[in-house]
Amino acid sequence: MRTLPRVDVVIIGGGWTGLLMAKELGSRTSLNVVVLERGGPREPHQYLTDMDELDYAIRLRMMQDASKETITLRHDPKQRALPVRKLGSFLPGTGIGGAGEHWQGWCPRFSPDSFEIRTRTIEKYGAQRLPEDCDIRDWGITYQDLEPYYTRAENLIGVSGKAGNLKGKTGPGGDPFDGPHSAEYPNPPMKMPHLAEMFRIATTSMGLHPFPVPAATISEPYTNPDGVHRLGCVYCGYCERFGCMIGAKAQPTNTLLPVIAKQKNVTIRSHSIARRILCNNDPKAQHAKGVSYTNERGEAIFQPADLVILSSWTLNNTRLLLLSNIGTPYDPVARKGTLGRHLTHQVSTGANGFFDEPLNRFMGAGASCIMLSDYDADNFNHENLNFLRGGKLAAVASGARPIANFGVVPQSVKSRWGSEWKKAAIHWYDRVGAVIFEGEHMSYTGNFMDLDPTYKDWLGDPLLRFTLNWRDNERNMSDFGNAKAVEMLRAMGAVETATDGRLQNYDCRSYQATHIQGGTTMGTSPENSVLNPWLQHWDVSNLFVLGASSFPQNASGNPTLTILAQTYRTTEAIVERYLQKPGPICG
Amino acid sequence: MQRRHFLVLSAASIGGVLVYSLDRTAFRLAAEDRPIRIPLRFFTRDEAMIVAGAAARIFPSDDTGPGAREAGLVIYIDRQLAGPYGRDRHRYRHGPFEEGVPEQGYQRDANPQQLYRAALKNLVGFERLSPAEQDQALTKIEDTDFFKLLHRHSIEGMFCDPIHGGNAGMIGWQLIGYPGPRMNNAKDVDKHFGEAFRPKPASLHDIFGKDTKFHPSEDEQ
Repeated sequence: MRTLPRVDVVIIGGGWTGLLMAKELGSRTSLNVVVLERGGPREPHQYLTDMDELDYAIRLRMMQDASKETITLRHDPKQRALPVRKLGSFLPGTGIGGAGEHWQGWCPRFSPDSFEIRTRTIEKYGAQRLPEDCDIRDWGITYQDLEPYYTRAENLIGVSGKAGNLKGKTGPGGDPFDGPHSAEYPNPPMKMPHLAEMFRIATTSMGLHPFPVPAATISEPYTNPDGVHRLGCVYCGYCERFGCMIGAKAQPTNTLLPVIAKQKNVTIRSHSIARRILCNNDPKAQHAKGVSYTNERGEAIFQPADLVILSSWTLNNTRLLLLSNIGTPYDPVARKGTLGRHLTHQVSTGANGFFDEPLNRFMGAGASCIMLSDYDADNFNHENLNFLRGGKLAAVASGARPIANFGVVPQSVKSRWGSEWKKAAIHWYDRVGAVIFEGEHMSYTGNFMDLDPTYKDWLGDPLLRFTLNWRDNERNMSDFGNAKAVEMLRAMGAVETATDGRLQNYDCRSYQATHIQGGTTMGTSPENSVLNPWLQHWDVSNLFVLGASSFPQNASGNPTLTILAQTYRTTEAIVERYLQKPGPICG
Repeated sequence: MQRRHFLVLSAASIGGVLVYSLDRTAFRLAAEDRPIRIPLRFFTRDEAMIVAGAAARIFPSDDTGPGAREAGLVIYIDRQLAGPYGRDRHRYRHGPFEEGVPEQGYQRDANPQQLYRAALKNLVGFERLSPAEQDQALTKIEDTDFFKLLHRHSIEGMFCDPIHGGNAGMIGWQLIGYPGPRMNNAKDVDKHFGEAFRPKPASLHDIFGKDTKFHPSEDEQ
């Protein structure tokens, strides 16, 4: 192994969190920072000519190459885990910008009570209401702790929306269930396509509180506090699974790289695959010495550093700590240990409605949608319901592309190929609209990650193994959400509807959401978490871990904004506290 | 080296529309009915005839409009199978290969090339059957991996950008009123409520006036 000269900071992973940390350290300190990214570099101007549904959205050009690395999946320890041979239910990114390049751009804040979910739930409903192996935890921070950083993240991205709760005052047009915002969103809401407007009108008449999805696909040209300029959205419908053609969607490459490119103290090394975080051998004062990685030529390199930031998305945050023997792997039988515990995904179901009139669905942007929080979190009473928590409902008007959307026909059409099917599929193609239910996934003691004993990645390291299945709480919640979706579609004028049906076993084949949480969770003590509330490793104080792997459970909303807010908060703790006095940050 | 096969079609059968040659240059076929030879990259001629016939039953040319034949679906599938997708270049292929529960996803060793080749052996002579007999033969295999793949590929080939060899003349897009990747919807997105707004379709080639950079990973030899 070749050893390079020591640097101050090494960051593993060049996506939203790693590059935000690099940008902040690059501008606020004179530290020498190196970012290791396993994938290749990206030139966002190339996105303009790449609006090709087959190549990007179907063959998944931008995502992790499953031939090199994937996960294995089993529903419970009695089942044999098998590799997920093709990406399906979630789509991890790779390359500079990571999944932040090909996201949909929904930026809701998490419900304030989700940060104290365990305490609040038990207070209100009693511990006996928690499902059998429910393992939900408070985060160790509150909404108020995170609020200033939410605002900074919104300004970084230029989020388009309307705050429904400004400094404690609720007003029309936004989400009245939201926590208080200290400032209005930096840009006004996006224009809304027909289906979104239909949803807004129908749900308002039902007495509900629809609001525009806070959007990273911005409504107007915008210059952020770093002086980075971006254009307003043109509603082409090529957002999720694509890089934005004109840079209207905030991505690490168009929002962070322009700043980093000017910073002489930050270096990005692409095609650099982190293999281990190396520590000293003193168990009483464990200390990270640096990172070993494999470069593009297959060389083994050791990069010594004083501070290690692990920001490689949920899967590899967990896997790299397991491979590096840092922390205590979770033992699901004894229910002891923390690393790999609290694996959650996202409940993602809903219904299709079939309408008489055409919807012009090709127009829209990732986040040009209307949603509502009336059935989210604990915003409604669960006393007489057969589940806890809830989710957001939204009309999806993100711009429909034809390969993914052709062939959805009412249940009255029985054939699935041939003339009758073709005729129906052509007729209904632009007359179908979905209302989705994006529900919370609580953590359970039986859902966790560890290293697979059989299957390896292309470099010979064990794959990460998921033991994951839904519980009745999610199934009942999803039934409830689907029924609400049908009700709303009917109110919008749908002549026929069809739901996804009852949630069965966790299924890796169909897309749910790229929201995978847990494994290196944050919390109030080393007994219940891997990280302290500053995302600093409890055992190794010069190691910080960023991203949704720190979430003790999934909250209903999309995680990116919360991840960015947390990263800002950790950066501040590193700059203002850790660097002044290296060691555990207390209090 | 394997002898290269050609698919010989009458120009009328594919509507006298754009066809893409191997080097991705488009040429418009003359409207008169003369046979044309399209070089095949994966299929033998006999296999291509079966696939063309089967795709035409999945997505028939009928009174709702053109279908698989006019869109050049068999050419699209031939291209896809010849490329990295056909060889499962991006699928996790390490063993052991074991059958699991359906929710663990497709676990077999066979790649799309192998699935097609094996299934087509059982369909020899398919193209000479009557349409009703063809439907009967396809109904029998409806639940196979091969048929599901063929069905999925039929939708892909009907509606992909023509750069991939399907959706010739943007026939698929015209059937459903899809305008292609249109970059100026900002003035229209919140208008036209309740009426069909159908801008003239444009492919990537139309938009940029030339073939845009095509990435080798999807179509390497």
